[in-house]
Amino acid sequence: MGKFKRSTGGKGVGRINTASLPDVVFMLLFFFMTTTVMREVELKIDVKVPDATQGKKLEKKSLASFVYIGEPLPHLRATFGSEPKIQLNDSFKEVDDIQDFIAQEREQLDEVERSKMLVSLKIDRDTKMGIVVDVKQALRRANALKIMYANQNVDRIRGL
Amino acid sequence: MAKREVQEINAGSMADIAFLLLIFFLVTTTMDSDTGLMRRLPPIPDPNMEQPEDQQIKQRNILEVKVNRDNLLLVEGEIISFSELRQIAKDFIANVNESEDMPEKIDRELPYFGLVRVPKNAVISLQNDIGTTYGVYIAVQNELLAARDELRDQLAMSSFGMLYDDLDVDRQTAIDDYYKVPISEAEPKKIGG
Repeated sequence: MGKFKRSTGGKGVGRINTASLPDVVFMLLFFFMTTTVMREVELKIDVKVPDATQGKKLEKKSLASFVYIGEPLPHLRATFGSEPKIQLNDSFKEVDDIQDFIAQEREQLDEVERSKMLVSLKIDRDTKMGIVVDVKQALRRANALKIMYANQNVDRIRGL
Repeated sequence: MAKREVQEINAGSMADIAFLLLIFFLVTTTMDSDTGLMRRLPPIPDPNMEQPEDQQIKQRNILEVKVNRDNLLLVEGEIISFSELRQIAKDFIANVNESEDMPEKIDRELPYFGLVRVPKNAVISLQNDIGTTYGVYIAVQNELLAARDELRDQLAMSSFGMLYDDLDVDRQTAIDDYYKVPISEAEPKKIGG
């Protein structure tokens, strides 16, 4: 027993071997790397998507463009009011800007994939249908016909 | 000379690097699960092209689903609760008994099924008020899609022994044609309270 010397000559009580700490942290890191998605857009609005049971998974994220509709976040409410607003990429836009947005998104896709472009509508569940209908009409005019109503999958819709 | 002990790399800073990377990922990513109800919008009719005469669809072929601004559900003129909507839609699409007030059916030759009776031109018409809440609108869409998906899964299981999603495209198309009842949305109006 006397032959073993503490290799670091540590002070105080025996030190815990922390050699495996990086391993644990790397595991956590890999977990986050595989289960999360790089956030591309900073949400300026409060969006809680509705519950549904039949939601299908979005297959190719590269073909998806996102349209967000909801009330501005609390700290932005002073400047932007509390009416539901449309957010495309990082800024607030109006219904008329949707056509340009779709054209832009379309250009970023390869020729082959343009017909498969999908518009994902992430709309807060408490928004009234008026603005949703305007957006859908604008999408029809821009010929973006493949759409997806973003939702949260649940087993049973409650509260109806 | 005694062999020197192999010098161990000081791994103390590995943990720090790992923590930094972890915090970076925690901050820049989201656990956004991207699921949604897939739909197709109808194209805007070309004003230059000749429009086909609006076919008068018989009342029996349409299932009218309306939602007003108080989020009440009206089907064929009756207020019903959401829990009943799915079954009503399923009965409409499947139409087993072919009674007078249910959609017309015709015989059609389908791959994998042979000669079967399918809906002739049945349609589920969904109309909502501009004051309807989006969450409720989605719930209605969900119930209608669930009705259609459940029927498709039932048929897929009984005919092919697999769920609809696991089938190849040809079989899926055949099942689609078997229960071909589109969900069409009219322009929202003010249906009122």
